[in-house]
Order: sequence, then C-alpha cells, then structure tokens
Amino acid sequence: MTLLDIRGLTIRTTDGHTLVDDLSLTIAGGERRGLIGESGSGKSLTTLAVLGLLPDGMTATGSIELAGTQIVGAREKHLTRVRGTDAAIVFQEPLTALDPLMRVGRQIAEPLARRRGLKGAELQRAVARALEQVRLPEPDRIARAFPHEISGGQRQRVALAMALACEPKLLIADEPTTALDVSVQADMLDLIDTLVRERDMAVLFVSHDLAVVARVTDRVLVMKDGRAVEEGDVREIVRRPREEYTAALVASARRLESALDTRRAR
Amino acid sequence: MTPVPQTTPVLELSDASLRYRGSGAPVVRDVSLAVESGRSLALVGESGAGKTTLLRLLLGLARPTSGTVRFDGDVLSLRDREQMRRFRRSVQCVFQDPYSSLDPRRRVGGIVAEPLRSLGLDTRRTAEPKVAEALERVGLPADAAERYPHEFSGGQRQRIAIARATVCHPRVLLADEPVSALDVTTRIKVVDLLAELKQERGLTLVMVSHDLSVVASLCERTAVLERGVVVEHGDTAQVLGDPAHPYTRRLIDSVPRLPA
Repeated sequence: MTLLDIRGLTIRTTDGHTLVDDLSLTIAGGERRGLIGESGSGKSLTTLAVLGLLPDGMTATGSIELAGTQIVGAREKHLTRVRGTDAAIVFQEPLTALDPLMRVGRQIAEPLARRRGLKGAELQRAVARALEQVRLPEPDRIARAFPHEISGGQRQRVALAMALACEPKLLIADEPTTALDVSVQADMLDLIDTLVRERDMAVLFVSHDLAVVARVTDRVLVMKDGRAVEEGDVREIVRRPREEYTAALVASARRLESALDTRRAR
Repeated sequence: MTPVPQTTPVLELSDASLRYRGSGAPVVRDVSLAVESGRSLALVGESGAGKTTLLRLLLGLARPTSGTVRFDGDVLSLRDREQMRRFRRSVQCVFQDPYSSLDPRRRVGGIVAEPLRSLGLDTRRTAEPKVAEALERVGLPADAAERYPHEFSGGQRQRIAIARATVCHPRVLLADEPVSALDVTTRIKVVDLLAELKQERGLTLVMVSHDLSVVASLCERTAVLERGVVVEHGDTAQVLGDPAHPYTRRLIDSVPRLPA
C-alpha cells in the first residue's frame, strides 16, 4: 500500500528560481527510504513540502499524496490533521527544534494532549512512556529539564520522542545525527532502526552521508541540484553507481574511509 | 632503537591545564603534547573534550592556569611583542565555519593580505602578487581577489581562509575542524589541498577533528582527548590501528561504514 506518493514535485521561489525540479518518489507502508544529496540539492525542501511546511516565498506544484491526503495546495486546517499522525519529522538541530523556554515534558505532552486528548495522570504516564521508549535514562528528571540542561544526544532523543508520540505512519528524519558526536550518532542510528522496525513504521531518512543512510534504509534516492539523479537499493548503488555524480559521491566517501583502513591495517 | 631527535618542538604544551574562573573541573587537565616540525598532529575527541581549548592555548588566545606553552623552546608570552610577531608569522589558523570567519564587508584580496599587512611585512602594493600567488595555490581564480566572500561557496570560502593563513608562509597551521562544515565531495578536495600544502611547503598541521578518516589521511600523530585529558597519544597508525584505550576503540567502532 502506498503511503507517500510524490509526483512531479516542483518547488519554486517567487522570483522564479526552481529549487526542486520534477521530483517523483513513492514510499509504501513500512518502507525504509533514504534521500541523499549535498547542500543545495533540495532534499530538505522536499521533506518540508511533504508536511506542507515550505517557508514563505516558495510554492510547490505537482502532487504529494500522504496517506490519501493531497498536501500540495491543502489548507492549514487539513495539514494540522496530517502532521504528527500521518507523518512526523525530526530535524537536524535539536536545540532549535525544541522550545528553550518550555520544560521537555510539556513539549512532549503538547501533541499527546491535542491529538490523543489525554489529560492529567494519564498524560503524564504517556509522556514518561514516550521518554522511556527512546531509551532516555531517568525520564522523570528529563521531563522536568529545560532543553539547555540536557546533552545534545538527549535533546535529539527528546525530539524523536515528540515525533513518535502520536505514532505516525511515516517518520521523516532530516540529518538527525549530523549535529551529534560519532558515538552518540551510532547509538541514535541504532535506536531509530529498532524503533522503526518494532512499529513497522515507514521512514524517509535524509542525509548527505551515504554510510549513515545505509545504516537505516534499504532503498535510496540520490538528488543533485533539485533533481533525482538515481534510485535503487543502497548496497547496489554503493557497489555499482550508474550515474557519474553518484560515483563521485561514493568515491569520496570510500577514499576517506580507506584512509582509516590503511592506517588501521599497518 | 633509533636515537631520539634533538630538535626543539615548534609548539609544546607541558602539564597545561585550563580552568575557567568559577567553574569546578578544569576544561583541559595536565596536557603535555609537542608539535614537531613535519609531524602533523591531530587532536581527536567528542564535543566538550577540550580540543578547541587546546588549540586556543597553542594559539596564545588563552593562557593556561597552570603549566606552560612553549614556542621554539621559549615560554609563550603575550607581552613579548617581538616574540609574538615571530609567533604569528610562524603559526596561523583556519576555523571551522567558513561563513563566519571571513569579514563579509571586505574583498577577498584584502582578507588574504591581512596577515602580511598586520605583520608589517608588506604594503598594499607589495602584498598584491603574494595574495595572487596564495589564491592560485589554493585553486581559486585570479579575479577572486576583487570579489566578496558571499560570492563563494562553503568549500571555496574555506580555500580563502587557507590562503589567508598560508600567505605569510607559516611553519604550522592550526585548523579547527577545517572540513566538517563541507559536503563530502568538497571535503575530499580540501583534504587534498591540505595534503599538498604539507608536501610542497613543508607545512605542519595541528588539526582538531572529530572525523577520524580526515585525521587518518592527514596527520602522522594523533592525540585522543576525553573530558580534558589526553587518554592516548602516538603515531596515527598505532592509535587508530591498535587503540590501547577503550574510549579510542569506541570512537573508531562508531564511525559509520559504507556497506561492503
């Protein structure tokens, strides 16, 4: 069953620049999909468009169907119903994604209260559960903390807990580990991988890093300058890239990696 | 056994600690490291490990609360103007974010000429050919000097920063995460450029990075920092190939790998 169906998506600025050009992409329920590209490739705009979150001054044309709802041109009222329940997003920078003046627990409670109508003790239990499921230690302490009082990795877990709170069918993760340290990144990728598999949730995982994307997805779409370059099984693409640009990406990543291996082999 | 070389390290930290006023634990504690000419050093560790603080100590931008920083064997003294002049000429730096490290209101030519002018080596006129040469060496077009930083991409801006840092022919280049803000394909090119500068100009790098693969391709020596303490220090091949400390091992194992 198709969960997300993007057809001929084009995103333009009001002064006529085309930022995403005729992009098509489908994701089935439970599918794990990667979107790879460098800065300016349009990968993040694509994810924003899926939730109807494009910034002012940009318009989308084409079609984005998310769980049967047409997003392009939809009114805010309809979009609110979709966000969080059909698809939810985790951004790159958890410090800007969280409200600095609100305790973490209240931020997680917000979607739970609004979407699921939970109140009082029941709401509190749901918040604690949400924090536990992203493997945060001492969920009570974290719930009472302000975002600046916890570490970057913990903040990103909180952002993930918020995204998962209303059990979305599709989790969009836009460079969710880029701002994190390597060892924290490794744990976070493991966590996303397990949670998504447990719930049979679909994922759209966006990153510039092939190795990171390969860790959590099966199929990838490579983008450059707003266009789709190549799509396929991630292992296959790494092994035998068909397009020149993909080959350059893989070669760059391989070269850095091989430096690490030659040093280690000695 | 090879004899221990008798050369004086260009930069040397001995038992250096830095504690900020009013805070409990020191940010770096009892660090002893030497930067020898031709042996590039990488400082590796995660956020908060004290990598950037060490670099600030080596640059003379912060003074250790205990221990010493030496330059060519002499204790670095910010008051000694003659020494500082030699120091700034010998040790230059490149920062992580090429968007905030270049003055947006100055033309690239002026930015790159800055070290030459402020060290009193050149006038505007005599700096010009040196600037052109520095820009050419980092692979930027000659007309770049007339343009402003915003007209360049992130990778190109980092090249401008490298041109500025190398225009006065320093012996040591301190680089704080010089490629981590760049895309992979751009990253490779800047790594290649740094390798070239090492090879051709005999530049010694001191590089802060959390990216082990970049470290492996550029530095002969590696020091691993965890919470302000050097937990492991030695030849890069040794440290990455046969890590002795569990923290180093964990860092290496965490690097995401391409599918085989």
